[in-house]
Amino acid sequence: MKETDFRDNETLNLFRKSGANVLLSTVDAIIDWGRSNSIWPLTFATSCCGIEMMATGAPRHDFSRFGIEVYRASPRQADVIVVAGTIVNKMAPVLKRLYDQMSEPKFVIAMGACAVSGGPFFYNSYHVVRGVDHVIPVDVYVPGCPPRPEALLYGVMQLQRKIKLETIADPRKSPDTF
Amino acid sequence: MDNEKLKEKILLLAPGAVHEENREMMTFLIPSERLHALALGLKTEPDLSFDYLFCLCGVDWGKELGVVYHMTSTSHGHTVVLKVKTSDRENPEFDSVCNLWQTAEFHERETYDLLGIRFRNHPDLRRIFLEDDWKGYPLRKDYVDEVNIVEF
Repeated sequence: MKETDFRDNETLNLFRKSGANVLLSTVDAIIDWGRSNSIWPLTFATSCCGIEMMATGAPRHDFSRFGIEVYRASPRQADVIVVAGTIVNKMAPVLKRLYDQMSEPKFVIAMGACAVSGGPFFYNSYHVVRGVDHVIPVDVYVPGCPPRPEALLYGVMQLQRKIKLETIADPRKSPDTF
Repeated sequence: MDNEKLKEKILLLAPGAVHEENREMMTFLIPSERLHALALGLKTEPDLSFDYLFCLCGVDWGKELGVVYHMTSTSHGHTVVLKVKTSDRENPEFDSVCNLWQTAEFHERETYDLLGIRFRNHPDLRRIFLEDDWKGYPLRKDYVDEVNIVEF
C-alpha cells in the first residue's frame, strides 16, 4: 500500500470538511495516532491461518513495522483479536467470552475464508459457524485460504485507517464504523 | 516373533478370528465377544506384549458399524490390526479396552460421540467434541441434517 493511498481517505476528508471541533479533533488525532500504531493482538489462532499469522509476525514480513507485534496472552491486554481459523459451534461461546474480556477500544479482524463465511465448510458441515460475524462484530475481513502475510498486513493497515477515524466524543459511532 | 508365529498365536487366543490377506499391516477380523479376552492376552503375554494402542477408530461400512484397533509392541516391534463389526445399527456395543490401554478412554469417547458406538465398562462414556445436548451421530452414513448440510 502506497503512502498516498493511505492518505486518500474520502470519509476522513468529509469528516474534516464538516467542521468538527478543532480542539477535539486535535486530541482525537493524537489519540488515534497512538492507538493505530500500537495495536496489540491477542494470541489466538484456531487453525492453519494461525501459521500464516505467525509468519506475518516473523522477520521476513515483520508485523512490528506497523506497531502490532506485541502478542498478548491475555485478552485484557489486547486491542485486536485476529480470528485466524475455523470457529466451530463449540468454540463460539469461548470466542465470545474472549471478546467480552477485551477492554475498549477493541477490534476484530476476520482472517481467512473460515472466519469470513465458513469457507470450505459452508455447504456440507454440521459443526462450523458460517462466519465469525454471527458471534462478534468484525471490523476488517481478510479473504484467502489462508491469506498470504501480505494480505494480513493489508488488512491490518485497513484497520489502522479505520482507527484513525475514531473520535473520543463518540467512540463506536465514528463515520466508518458499523 | 515373526508374522507366522504371531498369526498362529492370535488364532489360538481368539478362535473364530479371520485373517485378512493383502493388508499393509497384519489384520484380523475378531468376533466381538472374544475381543476383550484377546486384547488381554496380547497385552499381558510376555512374548507378545502389545503395550501401545496407537490408534482406535470407529468405522461405518454402510450396513455394519465397527471399531478398528491398531496396536504395536515397543519392546518387540511387531504391529497388528484388529477389527470388530456389528450389523446392529440401533444399539451397537463392544467391550471397552480402556482398562488395558488408558489411551482408549478418549478414543472410545470420540467413537461414541461421532458414530454412536457404545463401550461396555467404559468409566465415563459421554460426548467429547460435540455439545452434550447434540442429537444424532454425524459421521454415520445415514446421518441427516437438513439445516446445515446441503445435498447436491
